[in-house]
This record gives sequence, structure tokens and C-alpha cells, in this order.
Amino acid sequence: MTPEIHDPTSETEAPPTGALSRLAADPVSRKRFLTMAGGGGAAAFLAACGSGGSSSTTSTTATMPASAANDVSQFGKGDVGIVNYALTLEYLETAFYQDVVNSGLFKGSSLATIKQFGEEEAEHVQALTAAVKKLGGTPAPQPKAKFPLKDANSVLKLAATVENLGAAAYLGQAGAIQSPEILASALAIHTVEGRHAAALNTLLGESPTPDGAFAKPAEAATVLKAVKPFIVG
Amino acid sequence: MNPNELQTPELAEVEVHGTSRGAFILRGALAAGALYGLGSVAPFVSGALAKSAGGDIDILNFALTLEYLEAAFYKEGQQQVKLSSDVKNLAQLIQGHEDEHVAALTKAIKGAGGKPVAAPAVSFPFSDESGFLKLAQTFEDTGVSAYNGAAPAIKSVDVLASAGAIVQVEARHAAAIRLQTGESPAPDAFDKSLEKDAVLKAVQPFIKS
Repeated sequence: MTPEIHDPTSETEAPPTGALSRLAADPVSRKRFLTMAGGGGAAAFLAACGSGGSSSTTSTTATMPASAANDVSQFGKGDVGIVNYALTLEYLETAFYQDVVNSGLFKGSSLATIKQFGEEEAEHVQALTAAVKKLGGTPAPQPKAKFPLKDANSVLKLAATVENLGAAAYLGQAGAIQSPEILASALAIHTVEGRHAAALNTLLGESPTPDGAFAKPAEAATVLKAVKPFIVG
Repeated sequence: MNPNELQTPELAEVEVHGTSRGAFILRGALAAGALYGLGSVAPFVSGALAKSAGGDIDILNFALTLEYLEAAFYKEGQQQVKLSSDVKNLAQLIQGHEDEHVAALTKAIKGAGGKPVAAPAVSFPFSDESGFLKLAQTFEDTGVSAYNGAAPAIKSVDVLASAGAIVQVEARHAAAIRLQTGESPAPDAFDKSLEKDAVLKAVQPFIKS
């Protein structure tokens, strides 16, 4: 498969209709609505979802300037920045799984799973690279990475950490994506990262859903800080 | 860096400095309040949501139907067939999440000025653990595709954030169930999206009307 970034939406059984096609035809409509956010439905969702235990952080983070919520501008403007940010993370994940496969620490079905996850990350790299180009941007370069690969258990733990963080990273950007097509593709990848994370958690004997019923997003600044130790040069 | 050391500080970072959903939504509300005045925003947005055909309320109600279906399914699974302890624990965990999704979606719909759909009458064709797991896998995979298909049409950035928080959990359920059935937890690099009509057709056999 040579994934184009619009593949996920093209696999739907019916052509886009109604609100979706209007959004597709009008890429600024989401942006416009963003300025009106915070109405009744949102307030209710805040109340409904806030019971997950994250409300205690509200007072700390709500006072942050809006610009601090999004640290992806270093990768480019708008959707290009977001997609390049995702591309950088996918490059790291791909390199990680490749190193793990080469390490010889895993055999049999564990190795097969790791190989499959790695191949899927490589497909994400291809798709995101194509998306950046389609948006008229320059794809982010592949970072040079090095990972600590001591033993199978610590590698699995690192894999789970990376995947849980990756899923949270996508979730953290969903609301900022302007293009419905890019959003659809990001979501198609986001849930696969969630699947990887849940599978690795399960293999480690941990809960597949560490955040409970509602997954938590992570800001780019947090994610980039977490992966920084693995980027060399 | 030792991965064991990594895990704790970084995850703590997510807690302290990350965009919690509450903070994210509150920031949106504050920004909107600054622009329009808090009092004027709520009725304007909820009115817009309620009136727009095929709008966010319709999507939320569509999601609510699926969550009702899933919650009933896991409840029935625990009551009707003998499950191994691993599967029973998983079914219990997932049912709790689906119940929370039902509650959150119901509140969101009411808050936006809409009317939540009623829980559908349901019937599920399974008689043992294997049948239960097979159907669970179908529900979770379909749920992921349903949210992913509907999400790009969501107008409110806050509703989108919450739908994202739910769909990731559905994907995690799907992976956990798939490990129980011995299938790949993530069979494709990209989760498929499904249009509403296709989803409703897929779940129709389980709804008694």
C-alpha cells in the first residue's frame, strides 16, 4: 500500500455529504467556529468529562496564554506545522521499532507484533510526508535517534510510554487542525496509536486504558520534551 | 536515560502542564467570553448547534446510540454467559467506560439544547465467551470507525476534543478485545472511517424496534 493522506476518507462507503462536504469546501469554517467555542454544549461536555480527575489542573493551565497551548509552529505554519510535528514523532517511532527488531531481544509472536507496529509507523511516515507536500510545505527531516535497549521488559515499557504519548500528542492537536481532510487522516492514525498503546500496556500487565473512559491529550511542548533525550545531533 | 525514570516524570508532566480537557475547554470558553461576553455566547452557540441540520447534536445523538448499544452489550455479556476471569474483568472495565460515555454525551446534548435519544431496545446473538468476544470486537472496531467518520463534520472544537478523547478509548478497547480473540490489536496502519448510514446498517440487527 502506498498511502495517500486522503485514503482513510476515501474508504468510506458513501461520498461525503452534508456538513462534511460543506466543511471540505469551506476550510475556514472550522477556524471561524473556533472563535465561538465555549457555548452550552461545550460547557456541558466540560462538566461531563471533567470527572475523570483532570479538573484539579484547570486553575494552573487555564491561565496560560493561548499561544502556549500550541508549540508546533516551529515545524511550520498551521496544518503544515501540525503534520510535520506528527511526522517527527512517527519518524522516531519507526526508528525505535527498527532498532528493537534489530536488537534481537524479541522472538516469536512478540517480535511479530513489534514488526507490525513498526511497519504501521513507517506507513504513517509516508502518509504524513505526502500530506505535508500536498499542503505545499516541506516535510520535516528525519531526526537522528538513539534509544536505550537493555532488556525486553524495559524496551516494552519504553514502547508503551512512547505509544501512549503519541496517542496523546495526536489528541492534543485534533482541535487545532483546520483541514477536514487532514483531520480525518490524523484521526485514522490517532486511533491506531491508541491501539498500539493499549496492546503494549496489556502485554505489560497494565490497564489498556490508563486515563479511564476519556483519553487525555498532551501538548506539543510536553511531548517534545519527553522525546528529546532520544534525539541525537 | 533509563526508561523507568522516563515514565514517571514525563507522565507527571502531562498531568501538571498538559492540556487537560477541562483546561482546554475552559480556555476556549474564556476566549469566546472575551470576544462576545460570556452571557451572550452560550445561547448563541447552543442555538446554532440546535438549529443546524445534521449538526453537532445529531452527531452526538448518533454516538449516544452506539454507546447505549455497547453498554447494554457488555452488561448482558457479564450476565448471560460464563466468562473467564480475564474476559470478565475486561468486560467490566469496558462497560464502566461505555456508561461514562453515555452520561457525558447525554449531558452534552442537553447542554447544547438538544434532546438525547432514548436507549434502544437491544438483542445480541451470543451464547458463549467466544461469541461474546467476536461481537465485542465488531462493536469496538465499528465504534472507532463511526467516531472517526463523524468527527471531521463536528463544528465545535470542544465537542471534537471530547469525541477524540472517547474514540481513543474505543480504539484501546478494540485492541484489548482483539488480544483476547488472538487477532492483531492493530490490523491496519489507518483505522477506517464509516459513514453514519453504514454504521447504522451494521448495528441494525441488534436493535429491536
